[in-house]
Amino acid sequence: MYKILKKKCLNPTVTLMEVQAPAVAKKAEPGQFIILRVDEKGERIPLTVADYDRENGTITIIFQIVGAGTEQLNHLNEGEYIHDFVGPLGRATHTDGLKKVAVVGGGVGCAIAYPVAKKLHNLGCEVHAIIGFRNKDLVILEDEFKQASTKCFLMTDDGSYGTKGLVTNCLEELIKSGEQYDEVITIGPLIMMKFVSQLTKQYNIKTIASMNPIMIDGTGMCGGCRLTVGGETKFACVDGPEFDAHLIDFDEAMARGSMYKEFERKKHEETCNLYKQEVK
Amino acid sequence: MPNMSLNKNPMPAQAPEVRNKNFKEVTLGYTEETAIDEAKRCLNCKNKPCVTGCPVSIHIPDFIAQVAEGNFEEAYKIITQSSSLPAVCGRVCPQESQCESKCVRGIKGEPVGIGRLERFVADWHNAHSTTKPEKPESNGKKVAVIGSGPSGLACAGDLAKKGYEVTIFEALHLAGGVLVYGIPEFRLPKSIVQKEIDNLTALGVDIQTNMVIGKTVSIDELQKEYGFEAIFIGSGAGLPMFMNIPGENYKGVFSANEFLTRINLMKAYLDDSQTPIKHAKKVAVVGGGNVAMDAARCAKRLGAEVYIVYRRGMEELPARKEEVEHAEEEGIIFKTLNNPVEIYGDENGNVCGMKCVKMELGEPDASGRRRPKAIEGSEFDLDVDCVIMSLGTSPNPLIKSTTEGLETQKWGGIIADENGLTSRVGVYAGGDAVTGAATVILAMGAGKTAAKAIDEYLANK
Repeated sequence: MYKILKKKCLNPTVTLMEVQAPAVAKKAEPGQFIILRVDEKGERIPLTVADYDRENGTITIIFQIVGAGTEQLNHLNEGEYIHDFVGPLGRATHTDGLKKVAVVGGGVGCAIAYPVAKKLHNLGCEVHAIIGFRNKDLVILEDEFKQASTKCFLMTDDGSYGTKGLVTNCLEELIKSGEQYDEVITIGPLIMMKFVSQLTKQYNIKTIASMNPIMIDGTGMCGGCRLTVGGETKFACVDGPEFDAHLIDFDEAMARGSMYKEFERKKHEETCNLYKQEVK
Repeated sequence: MPNMSLNKNPMPAQAPEVRNKNFKEVTLGYTEETAIDEAKRCLNCKNKPCVTGCPVSIHIPDFIAQVAEGNFEEAYKIITQSSSLPAVCGRVCPQESQCESKCVRGIKGEPVGIGRLERFVADWHNAHSTTKPEKPESNGKKVAVIGSGPSGLACAGDLAKKGYEVTIFEALHLAGGVLVYGIPEFRLPKSIVQKEIDNLTALGVDIQTNMVIGKTVSIDELQKEYGFEAIFIGSGAGLPMFMNIPGENYKGVFSANEFLTRINLMKAYLDDSQTPIKHAKKVAVVGGGNVAMDAARCAKRLGAEVYIVYRRGMEELPARKEEVEHAEEEGIIFKTLNNPVEIYGDENGNVCGMKCVKMELGEPDASGRRRPKAIEGSEFDLDVDCVIMSLGTSPNPLIKSTTEGLETQKWGGIIADENGLTSRVGVYAGGDAVTGAATVILAMGAGKTAAKAIDEYLANK
């Protein structure tokens, strides 16, 4: 059992939790993920590590409420326990030798982009953080990104905060203005990463995308998380989750990601109804 | 006077048309009367050929003699001198190619139902025994066991009985390895596996789930920081293989591992499970082993029409005969001598068919089986909306890649000597992690052998 030490709502559908998991915290690196189960009947939910504290033995996770499992997780409070919590899984972000990087995050993907930006920033790398959200209400981690970057650009789709436009608009302007990046690291919705990848390909800038496909065990056993990368099948859980974005078949990944959409929607609705009944 | 009936006492089972709609155990087990009657078919041969057919040399005629006398608890004691998991092996062992294949009664008629008797004895013990195993006095020495499948459970049990402080590290959230994620409830009820695990806990074994060795903790840390004096690696062979044919990543193509894990470990067949599973209309399971039969029978129970697509013939199916028979009875359609060449997807990326080619058998290959060859121009389309790839598995590279000096075969198997000792001092390995995918009983035997070697190593250290 893994105790929740801190819980904070970042926006109406995104929550941060700090969880006591000393063995995981001892090893975790940016880019890696954990898998949790809320209770003994719960599904296995993979979540990328948003932060870690080796001294206090804690892992921070940030999740969006999308299905029954995350809805249940969101109903747990500080002092309560998560049934299972395993990790760190997958490979860590490569940060060696990078001098100047653009970290491009979108929506809840910013939660995963943040530790990467922070690590690079701490290593003395020049970090341009470009973070995008649909609107002002959904903005998360603004202060954190400002501290973990040399320059931070905040974009909203509707212009209700920061600059109006997409992250790709901002990235393209920066590239056109002469900024030269060793690498672009992009984490967010598949469609956003696809367009970031298309853009950087034109300019021949190495780009890494962090993938978050459906998986069960997270150790290479089920193969549910497989992706096509450069014409080869790769398992996101053990070969990734980060891959060369220019080689990823994003369209296939998007199709595979929609496999259980209907089931998830139904289960989420059922769970919400249960909580509503409890309140009555 | 022995019972000279040529046939085994039949195994009571749920009717095929009933059981192919539920996940309850298919076979129901002998009653005391049937068990005694079957035991009396044993001739108690002097040279005991059956024992030579058993990978762990259970004293078969001795335990059967006790069953014939109605001394079931005595029979249990005899079996457990050699086996750690009788209730499991009595159900899943391929007896027809092991002990029973050597039985003298099988020369004319059917062999003695050794597997059925083993299962009966173990179930009788579990139902009647009131004593729980007790934790022996500790000898103060710590041993780590990686993986809680058959080899790990057997190794941990034997060492705990000798007083070692044993900790099992399991990557998943539940102990049991392939016994819980792979083999379905209808063939091996999970309550039986849980009983074995409870027994280990009673012996003082500490089971730590959610620990991925090679990620959460490394072998070196287990030795240096955690103070384990010996380590047994029983991490199995869990990496699924695919065919690398076009369309294999369409929605609705699964590895048998994924399909079975969703059903067995995550209980996706139950309405209240949060884990989804595809309820397909027509399923092709590609492969002919026991895992393929398990996947096919699960898909059937979820309501699909199910085909086994296998590139060799019925005779060559590597699955146990009993599993093939059960599958056929349950309405699984065998499309043997066929091989998939492409999977078709619709505009949304869902599987909508599979192109196959007909095969014929040529000369025997290195494995002694006749090599299948494609018949040119014989391609045809199979109407399916789900494909399950059951082509075998290989050892997981997580431990190998994080343990310096641990030598492995090219295909990934850990290299170990006949006692299970690896190229690293104090590190032993056994089961599928060493041999590649094999049987529960071989893994269990390897766990026991390694436990003996670890005991000798630590006693002399």
